[in-house]
Amino acid sequence: MKTFCSVWLLLSVVELSPAPPASQEPPLACRGAADPAPPQPETAEDMASTGDLEPTHYPARRAAQVALHYLNTHHGSPFRVFGLQQVHKASAEDVEAGGRKYKLDFSVTDWASGSAGPALRCSADVLFPRTERHSAPDVKLRCEALQQINRTAQEEEAFYQKHITPDSAVSARDIPDSYGNMSEEMQPFWRLARVAASFIMLRESSENTEFNMAQVASVTQQESSEEQLMLEFVVLLHDLPSQEIVQWKLLASWSPDRGVRVLQTEWQPRCPHATKPPN
Amino acid sequence: MEPVHESLPVDVRVPFHSLQAVRAFLGYNQIQYNVMIMDVQDLLDDEQREMVKYRSFPRSTDDFVYTTYHDLNSINSFIDMLVAENSNLVSKIVIGQSYENRPLNVLKFSTGANRPGIWIDTGIHSREWVTQASGIWFAKKIVTDYGRDPVLTDILSNYDIFLEIVTNPDGFAYTHSNDRMWRKTRKPNSGSSCVGVDPNRNWDAGFGGAGSSSNPCTETYRGPSAHSEPEVKAIVDFVKSHGKLKAFVSIHNYSQMLLYPYGYTSTPAMDQAELHELARRAVTALQSLYSTRYTYGSIITTIYQASGGTIDWTYNQGIKYSYTFELRDTGRYGFLLPADQIVPTAEETWLALMAIMEHTRNNPY
Repeated sequence: MKTFCSVWLLLSVVELSPAPPASQEPPLACRGAADPAPPQPETAEDMASTGDLEPTHYPARRAAQVALHYLNTHHGSPFRVFGLQQVHKASAEDVEAGGRKYKLDFSVTDWASGSAGPALRCSADVLFPRTERHSAPDVKLRCEALQQINRTAQEEEAFYQKHITPDSAVSARDIPDSYGNMSEEMQPFWRLARVAASFIMLRESSENTEFNMAQVASVTQQESSEEQLMLEFVVLLHDLPSQEIVQWKLLASWSPDRGVRVLQTEWQPRCPHATKPPN
Repeated sequence: MEPVHESLPVDVRVPFHSLQAVRAFLGYNQIQYNVMIMDVQDLLDDEQREMVKYRSFPRSTDDFVYTTYHDLNSINSFIDMLVAENSNLVSKIVIGQSYENRPLNVLKFSTGANRPGIWIDTGIHSREWVTQASGIWFAKKIVTDYGRDPVLTDILSNYDIFLEIVTNPDGFAYTHSNDRMWRKTRKPNSGSSCVGVDPNRNWDAGFGGAGSSSNPCTETYRGPSAHSEPEVKAIVDFVKSHGKLKAFVSIHNYSQMLLYPYGYTSTPAMDQAELHELARRAVTALQSLYSTRYTYGSIITTIYQASGGTIDWTYNQGIKYSYTFELRDTGRYGFLLPADQIVPTAEETWLALMAIMEHTRNNPY
């Protein structure tokens, strides 16, 4: 089955489209009989409420998760990844241009500092546009005391120096592994992947998605360029409402000065549901 | 040992990030070498696997390692050992067969005949490994606490407890052999190359409505018809023929939630107020142990709309205390929850389960 999948991958890479379907429909190559799944059916979700929202329920949580992705793209590093701790208050209103804007008051924690870390208070406006084709949500974010967290500068520098050398050629798969194990050495790479994946998750998010990174399928260090660590990741993203696992390959750069940048992304078809190639 | 002679070979273990430099050095200095072992880590991993294999042949459930994830054979051995060690309290019922003909094993904890029952299932979605692992822990907890914990002993004096640990064995085997992220059953779908049905969209409650998919290639494919999956049908038949189940808990991960019906409709359940209040108490109990934050509410408002779900069906059958758990965590590790969190997760969840079971016992209907 693996051979089949890579053959089909070759074909789909050739006719690469820049943006993958945001609805995570499995690729034609993996589908059996054509069965047009409804893209966005009229569900109770579309009728999600405006006004004050229950902070623990999904409409507020999804919007907060989008704000988290945004926060991580701007402030994430090999030694800092933020996770949602709690939504305190949330409200939503429809806006004139046809979209919904969420106002959020929430707290985040830094996963890298374990249970020792303090919670940071943030507020955000998250605007989900209502366009024919999917477009990324717009986020405005303020977090208190963000600048004051600079305790990781030393670790970042040490990590950078260790891997910017020409003979560093990090390569690993399945982080964490099936049992949730991750070596100490791999932790910063997992965090980098999580931050880089946040660029994709942010871009792909809508009111009907809720993304997390399920696993780093692989990390392969590329030749450093312009004093940036260059890493190629294959990540598995998990969307809660559809329960789909979506695979992305991406090329990211990082340095303590420039932070994380994502240079290339490529949606990779997975063929998990097929037993044999459709003939 | 001193390899200090020019004509004697030297073995060198080279860390990966030095590989290029070492090769370059050897080449430049014209030092002959050959590669004895491409990847030492592979060997270490193999060795580790062997060691773990030896470890997972425990001779009793006291020997069994609860702090690691197990495969299907290991779990079935555990089940048989538990029954053998506690034959006065525990028996194994086979309620049916999976698509690939694996037995659907249910543990019955009973101290007398014709009792009403409480049902718990784990692992209906095969990739949710902390749930099967917790199910194992619950089974051991029940036999340990019976006769020691007054509340549990009292529950078991009035109710039977049924526990299905690996509710989707075909999927579970597949997560070990092929795809760690497999969720569904492993039944092929006619007219499609895509395999499997979402067993938590296959129940006859709002079946076919929004909140499930008609596409066999998706994770929430509902199946060709309600109860089409033998894994689901077996439970349906069991519930109907038992006729006296009073609580039904189906366990998943992840999200840290305790949910009650409905998922397929926004019409509140008739018993919403009581279910909500009981959920609040159960979550309070859970949080008391490790401060794990849980959310609670109806499925459709709290997590997402889902049609054809287990507890919507059981609730509509008249099993009032129907709940779904989503265990740890909230997305950081998700399905790949580190094994050192198995026992803490099971411990805290047990407190919530006890709250639900105790309430069921104190509010017969």
